[in-house]
Amino acid sequence: MVRWGVHPDARKQAASPQDIERLPLPAMLHIPLLQHSGAPAKPVVSVGQHVLKGELLGARQGNISAPVHAPTSGTVVAISDYPAPHPSGLGVLSISLEPDGEDRWIELTETDPFSLTPAQIAERVAAAGVVGMGGATFPSSVKMLLGKRSQVHTLLVNGSECEPYLSCDDRLMRERAAKIVEGIRIVLHAVGATKALCGIENNKPAAIEAMRHAAADFAAIEVIALPTRYPMGSDRQLIHVLTGQEVPSDGRSADVGVLVHNVGTLYAIQQAVRFGRPLISRVVTVAGGAVARPRNLDVLIGTPARLLVEHCGGLREPPARLLMGGPMMGLQLPSLDAPIIKGSSGILALGAHEIAQEQPSPCIRCGQCVSACPMNLMPFEMSAHIRIGDLDAVQGIKDCISCGSCSYVCPAHIPLSHYFDYAKGELTARERGKMRQESIRQLTSARKERLEREAREKAEAAARRKAERERAKAATAKEATS
Amino acid sequence: MIAIISLTALGVALGLGLGLAARFLRVEQDDGLASEIEAMLPGSQCGQCGFPGCGPAAAALASGSAPVTLCPPGGSALVRQLADKLGVKAQTSGMKESVPMLAVVEEALCIGCTKCFRVCPTDAIVGAPKQIHNVLREACTGCGKCVDVCPTMAVSMMPMPVTLQSWVWHKPAPAVAPAVAA
Repeated sequence: MVRWGVHPDARKQAASPQDIERLPLPAMLHIPLLQHSGAPAKPVVSVGQHVLKGELLGARQGNISAPVHAPTSGTVVAISDYPAPHPSGLGVLSISLEPDGEDRWIELTETDPFSLTPAQIAERVAAAGVVGMGGATFPSSVKMLLGKRSQVHTLLVNGSECEPYLSCDDRLMRERAAKIVEGIRIVLHAVGATKALCGIENNKPAAIEAMRHAAADFAAIEVIALPTRYPMGSDRQLIHVLTGQEVPSDGRSADVGVLVHNVGTLYAIQQAVRFGRPLISRVVTVAGGAVARPRNLDVLIGTPARLLVEHCGGLREPPARLLMGGPMMGLQLPSLDAPIIKGSSGILALGAHEIAQEQPSPCIRCGQCVSACPMNLMPFEMSAHIRIGDLDAVQGIKDCISCGSCSYVCPAHIPLSHYFDYAKGELTARERGKMRQESIRQLTSARKERLEREAREKAEAAARRKAERERAKAATAKEATS
Repeated sequence: MIAIISLTALGVALGLGLGLAARFLRVEQDDGLASEIEAMLPGSQCGQCGFPGCGPAAAALASGSAPVTLCPPGGSALVRQLADKLGVKAQTSGMKESVPMLAVVEEALCIGCTKCFRVCPTDAIVGAPKQIHNVLREACTGCGKCVDVCPTMAVSMMPMPVTLQSWVWHKPAPAVAPAVAA
């Protein structure tokens, strides 16, 4: 049935059998103000200020943005650049919080989610800073409002967790299924959809069982076992498998009447709407051959990744590669100093035997990348155009979802998805260049206008003064003659 | 037969029309091209290309005596547009990868003389007499005119810092053919 994709070795067994463990309170938290797609949050606290758990640290600004909250009670010690969890290792404006150890919450009130109107639910989700926790980190309230406007009829619940190593969603579904199901019902209520399809890959039988059990009383929710195939968790692929619909190339999932939410996001939505708890912690899988005791941890946002690895027994060999997220689409980390953010599903420390280190050799046109590509693109041809710098000739780069299936299957070890990441960045930079040029032109004409206006005003003022002088002269002359 | 005659007549008539149009409605091609190119240039008259302003630069481009890579504020986006317009091949690979520059004011040295913001072609410097001046990063084109007029050398140029938003992946190294054992 499913013709696209790849079937990487899942390697989830190391972490998935153990219960979620809570990580002890760290000595310092670094909470980036940009953890979501869209505009960064604006800091609303000052250095030295004492904050309670759940208090607002950064307010959203702009339409697509999300606030950030204090993960525990403590004192703000700095608002400065701190290394972002990003391959560049560049800094991002972050709030450093020193916990006071009391972990005291702000005052919270429990509300019945089904007594609220859809707009109130969206507002609560927005105020709690809930973003897509599968990795895309798009603000959930924006997605819900969009779903409401475009009359979504089906909610797709993404529990596929197709990335190897990761089992945070698996554990969440096994341990907190009832809360996820309530989250599903809240979103159904908020967007006016009539049914929910929950897709879970069939390599997670315990999660499927738990979700079926929790959803048994609700006819609108159906739990479906999906074939295990990467990238099943990508929204377009999930929509196609569950509904048979294909999202148009330049469209959104709402165009085919569906809305996709990750199970982690639905859990966060439930916590936000029922209890008013902002998104300040998440489940993170710590795994990889270099980690001594892989497991899933419940971690406060802003905890340095190093503490997670140390809690899991530390490293048993020098890691060949550090990743945030899964091995297929995760971001390479330059060090373990980077903090956990809302979109961090995993911290992986891979050993030397787990990563591909072969040198790339020339393409032999075998076409394996074409059969693997879930978006029906031709990676080998696209990369050939990119290699010679002819970016205008590259077809379908906008449709590429960067899943890495092509790089995974390539027998010549050509870094295909690296080529596409490069091309996407380059095209964005070009777009930025064009916008910059346009703004320079506007600024120049604005200056020209200003100079002309000033010259005109000066001339008018001079003319006025001259006229006054002449009037005065005429008056004195008249007086002298009379 | 009718078809052949009518098509021939049509061909002759249209051909004549085109010929007449070419003779009587001809535009002064050079001037037109130069003004079109001038409209594409940033228009800040910054002089970084070596010409006194965008007009003379456009004229030089139209006559083919200047390379399409002459405009630093326009960047590679402009190079591609110009190359398309002029039908030449953009030599972006040969172009030295000039990093966009940014003016910065050293607060300790600034005496608030207002000279720099008077010359700024995009009003990118804010300040008032005897107050420290500052550069609006979004508006600075990196032309360096302010550096030349500053009496205390408080203005300097620095490469535009890379941020998370502007960072991009580098190009992967090309594949090498495996060495064949002789």
